[in-house]
Amino acid sequence: MTTPSRVEPRGSRLAAEDRLPAERVALVDLLDRLLAGGVVLSGDIVLSIADIDLVRISLRAVIMSVRSEP
Amino acid sequence: MTGEHGVYLYAVTRGAPRLCLDDLTGVASRPVRVIEEGELTAYVSDVPLTEFGEEPLRRSMEDLAWLEETARAHHRIVEAVARSAPTAPVRLVTVYHDDAQVRELLRERHSDFLTVLARVADRREWGVKAYAVQVPAQPAAPEPETGPGTSPGRAYLQRRRTALRGREEMWRTAAAQAEKLHDALTGIAAASTRHRVQDPKLSGREEPMVLNGAYLVDSAREREFAALARDMTDLEVEITGPWAPYSFTALPGEAAHDDSVAR
Repeated sequence: MTTPSRVEPRGSRLAAEDRLPAERVALVDLLDRLLAGGVVLSGDIVLSIADIDLVRISLRAVIMSVRSEP
Repeated sequence: MTGEHGVYLYAVTRGAPRLCLDDLTGVASRPVRVIEEGELTAYVSDVPLTEFGEEPLRRSMEDLAWLEETARAHHRIVEAVARSAPTAPVRLVTVYHDDAQVRELLRERHSDFLTVLARVADRREWGVKAYAVQVPAQPAAPEPETGPGTSPGRAYLQRRRTALRGREEMWRTAAAQAEKLHDALTGIAAASTRHRVQDPKLSGREEPMVLNGAYLVDSAREREFAALARDMTDLEVEITGPWAPYSFTALPGEAAHDDSVAR
């Protein structure tokens, strides 16, 4: 049997179940945790997390990168 | 150092470090060192404020390449530390001005950190994502009205309606199954929380995600937990982890993470 997935153009492969490179998918799971989890500290830190909407920023960044892929 | 460097904080553990720091490369390719205060150890890197100051950070956080590199470096250190001892990971890009401030933090929140570290000891975080299974297009159910007398337009609309009903039904069923799965997993876990479901653009899957749960599980119950996650429903399930307990580090007095259930 041939392995069609190797010769199919990238577009159709991306349309299949692994639309995103594994690395990128893992990044999404990682950002779920790094931007919504972890001990939140305030006080003397350089940048107060509360000042920026990290989740919005990360989602926008990831979506932009997905769209810009060929 | 003030004005030039900041102290980037990755994680806090109890007791002296039990891993070799020489092999670790942190954010901005910086080495990792520790600050010990009382019973606590903080893992930190000295980072340039030209990159980690308030204004540069606001810009860099919108730069995906920078964000990814920093997130992966942060994660790498937290993972290494978590393999060596119960660990409280700190939120991404928490930067102090100097060691004295970190020491003060460790003194002030000493008992809070000990509480968190006791909660996560001998437990690991697992992610469970569940997707509504794509039901193959229903073979057109017998439609009595689609006789020779039915116009093509009418027949089309009827098929559309049936398909839409099928989708809605599938979605409702999947959502209900996801609730049950989450409840059952929560029953096994020491604590649980739900992250927002990922958009298909981010999940990389066409099927809608119906559950993006995080569970803090006793080491002794991991097998039971995974079996339940895999077999309990018809949903397509992805298990991620083990993770350092990122989702279970709310300090006492801090607002808990979204609808987290700690027991």
